[in-house]
Amino acid sequence: MSETLTLLFGQTIQMFLVLLVAPAIAGITRRTKARFMRRQGAPIIQPYRDLIKLLRKEAVVAQNASWFFRSAPYAILAFTWVAAALVPTFASGLMFNWAADAVALVALLGAARALLALAGMDVGTSFGGIGSSREMMIATLAEPAMLLVVLTVALTAGTTRLPEVAEFLTAAPVTVRVSLALALVALVIVALAENARIPVDNPATHLELTMVHEAMVLEYSGRHLAMIEMAAQLKLVLYISLIVCLFLPFGMAPANAGPAAWPMGMAAYLVKLVFGAALLGVWEVSIAKMRVFRVGEFLGGAFVFAFLAILLAFLTREVLN
Amino acid sequence: MTGAGFSAAPQLAILLAGIALYAAAAVFAAVFHRHKSVLAAVYPICIVAAAIAAGASLAALLGNTDSGFRLPLGLPVIGLHIRLDALSAFFVLIVNLGVLTTAIYGLGLDRDRDLSARVEPFFPAYALAMNLVLIAGDAFGFLFSWELMSLTSWVLVVSRHRDAGNRHAGHVYLVMAAIGTVSLLFAFGGLAGAAGNYAFDAIRAAPPGPLVAGLVLAGAIFGAGSKAGIAPLHAWLPLAHPAAPSHVSALMSGVMTKVAIYGIIRIVFDLLGTPIWWWALPFLLLGAMTAVLGLLYAVLDNDLKRVLAYSTVENIGIIFVGLGLALAFKASGLSAAAAVAMAATLLHCLNHSWFKSLLFLGAGAVLHATGRRDFDGLGGLIHRMPVTAAFWLVGAMSISALPPFNGFVSEWLLFQAVLAGPAFPEPILRFMSPAVGAMLALAAALAAACFVRAFGIVYLGRPRSREAAEAHETARPQQVAMALLAGLCLLGGLFGGVAVSAIQPLLQTLAGAPLPATGTGPTPFSLVAFDAARSIYDAPTIAIFLLTSGLLVTLLVHHLSGRRTRLGPAWDCGFPDPSPLTQYSASSFSQPLRRVYGGTVFGASETIDMPQPGDNRPASLNVQLHDYAWELLYAAPARAVVGLSARLNALQFLTIRSYLMLVFSALIALLLIAAVWF
Repeated sequence: MSETLTLLFGQTIQMFLVLLVAPAIAGITRRTKARFMRRQGAPIIQPYRDLIKLLRKEAVVAQNASWFFRSAPYAILAFTWVAAALVPTFASGLMFNWAADAVALVALLGAARALLALAGMDVGTSFGGIGSSREMMIATLAEPAMLLVVLTVALTAGTTRLPEVAEFLTAAPVTVRVSLALALVALVIVALAENARIPVDNPATHLELTMVHEAMVLEYSGRHLAMIEMAAQLKLVLYISLIVCLFLPFGMAPANAGPAAWPMGMAAYLVKLVFGAALLGVWEVSIAKMRVFRVGEFLGGAFVFAFLAILLAFLTREVLN
Repeated sequence: MTGAGFSAAPQLAILLAGIALYAAAAVFAAVFHRHKSVLAAVYPICIVAAAIAAGASLAALLGNTDSGFRLPLGLPVIGLHIRLDALSAFFVLIVNLGVLTTAIYGLGLDRDRDLSARVEPFFPAYALAMNLVLIAGDAFGFLFSWELMSLTSWVLVVSRHRDAGNRHAGHVYLVMAAIGTVSLLFAFGGLAGAAGNYAFDAIRAAPPGPLVAGLVLAGAIFGAGSKAGIAPLHAWLPLAHPAAPSHVSALMSGVMTKVAIYGIIRIVFDLLGTPIWWWALPFLLLGAMTAVLGLLYAVLDNDLKRVLAYSTVENIGIIFVGLGLALAFKASGLSAAAAVAMAATLLHCLNHSWFKSLLFLGAGAVLHATGRRDFDGLGGLIHRMPVTAAFWLVGAMSISALPPFNGFVSEWLLFQAVLAGPAFPEPILRFMSPAVGAMLALAAALAAACFVRAFGIVYLGRPRSREAAEAHETARPQQVAMALLAGLCLLGGLFGGVAVSAIQPLLQTLAGAPLPATGTGPTPFSLVAFDAARSIYDAPTIAIFLLTSGLLVTLLVHHLSGRRTRLGPAWDCGFPDPSPLTQYSASSFSQPLRRVYGGTVFGASETIDMPQPGDNRPASLNVQLHDYAWELLYAAPARAVVGLSARLNALQFLTIRSYLMLVFSALIALLLIAAVWF
């Protein structure tokens, strides 16, 4: 029983950990970008201030918005939060890690995205529609690529459960596996697209020709916008966590190690997150935004990489095991 | 169990009582079709009959009943076999749940405006025919009921015959149904062999050899597959399904396609004997192609009911992929994987019947409230029809395979089955399984795009026509029908693990093994594919998680921010435009998708007509799409047939001498052939 309580405690820690670090990760990325552009940049805690500011403001809702518009942000944040809480971060084998495997994780994110795209269409403005339409076009390429990536990794590890995948890859001898390398490339491209980062989308612009994510959420303000921003930041943390869980799982506290191993795991996780966020900042300053219709080719590339990865994993499975 | 006499299990007897009630309702309504009150009484009777039949089939499924008898009807010597086993019971359950909910919807039909002698007598007849197909125990009974099912549904398709489009749809449907039945006739002929064993028991006792089995397989896929809507034979389906009244569309799309799938399962998994691995190839190829193609059609179409029909095509593709995987695993001796694939297939049949019926009933409510089903005339209905909108959202999320609804359960199982692919001994299958996995993933993402578009355009935004602005909420019984289906979608999503354990005996029969690890998960409701260490999906836990975090978010946000809200005009970057035409339309929503996928699949091309400066005619953008399936497989043969008959037409106007000459030369030719042959 005490063991169950410990695991439940660990799960609760993770739920609030991801929520707490998410704005900082966004802050680190922005700060890195600013420094590389020779700007001072906002302090890392600026996203927290923004969130609090948004929460304090009243929400201005368009007159013809429906109940869906008002309730969608809660659901979007809930879906994203649950997804982020289920990815193994600092320790594997927490209380509910088993409830959703990698496939279910992709679907949870898909649900959040579908709700966001619908919310963009609710007020009936041209910008909302443009954002939703492009977001769903991007998703039709990014989601299958991501699914193929997790299936590739699942195939290599022999399980779709993320904690077991992480443990398998930690324990496995370090060898270069072509299928995993291809899968990593694909997953990074998908992560860029899904988080509305350059070159697919630019989180810092409101230019109608290029907007995707920002166009969808244009009508939101106040607490609703705060929740959507929070969900976006959580999603970024989730993707970095997923990439490190699948491809760099070292340092994660093993399932049976108990709470004593958690601080080390936490430290390793935070270092990896900060590193990932900084890397994203460097990437964003070193590349230009793409035209929307070239995004199809870019993500098509991710899909092809992911497909090659799973094909290789299928054809070479006996050799590896 | 198939001896003569009338001994039958109580489940079968009760089921037959329900079926008899359908027959009585059909006859009664046909005889007294002039009385509106009699026509209105059809639906209550159907509800009772469907409830009886659904209860009986559920009992038969859970009890793994296998019961049958022979009636001295039908073909001489063979008689008419009636047979209820777990497979039949599963599909009887699907059919009667569909009839139950659509009949509840029918209770709310407008007595003066909607009831007609062209629909109500045929509704129970159609339900009767679908039930009869499922309990037929011989080829004659099967084909007879199959044809009855086609004809009754054809009558319903052309019930609004004043519309030329509906007449065209009915014509195409009738032609395709006839070709399909002929193809099935050949398939059963092959199964029966020279001895003429038309009873299923006799076929099972003497399965055909490999060559004949291949031909039977082709006949079954063509005959039943065209009925189910497999690409590239699907072109009739998006014409015929939307043409019928909406509750009949729900039955055709949600339920009748499953009867066709039953036909395929019965023939391929039961009657055809031990499977050979290459039987799986047509299923995998056609299924993967259909899944993606169906959605690409759906996402580019601008008619609400046609979008739903195309999405049925997609779901049939998914079911075909599941069947193909199950067949391949079974033939390779991997029965646990076969059970996972079969469980995914059967659950998807059940799930699709629920959410597709729900979506069609919702479309019917929209059609009734606005008189329109084109996307360009709808919009903003969430304000005028909040109940319908909420249920439709559930249906849209279910069909897009989003948790915690039921579509995701079958999707998840199917991906688990794909992951077992490396165990195939044949390299082709090992190559095929990641390829179909990729196609399924693409289809899932396209489904989300398609239904975000459909829900967003129809229910969200601002009304695009006066009719949409003045719409009204649908009648109470129709809300109840949609509520039932939406509830089933949610329950099916939460308790997929329970559903799977209920069909274990059926999996044992079809796949050769039950699911290996059902009930070994951390909670009683966990869905476990192979074993608990490999993969678990626990929907109730996730749902509790979602509720908890949603509640936490609400409390936190409201605590921190209060709930101050001000209403104002839309922001729209500072340039809001009062005309609803400025919002994104369905065509503009799908334009990026058309750019990405349309060029290769539909040969899409855009031409811009831009007037010169000073010229004041409007500029226009024209999009050309080619429906290759229609052009090559429907239009071209139809042209050939019409051309040929135009030439042969001259034969009708000959003189008596020419006719005698023709008959005489035909006789000579036949005699010559006979002389040379023997």
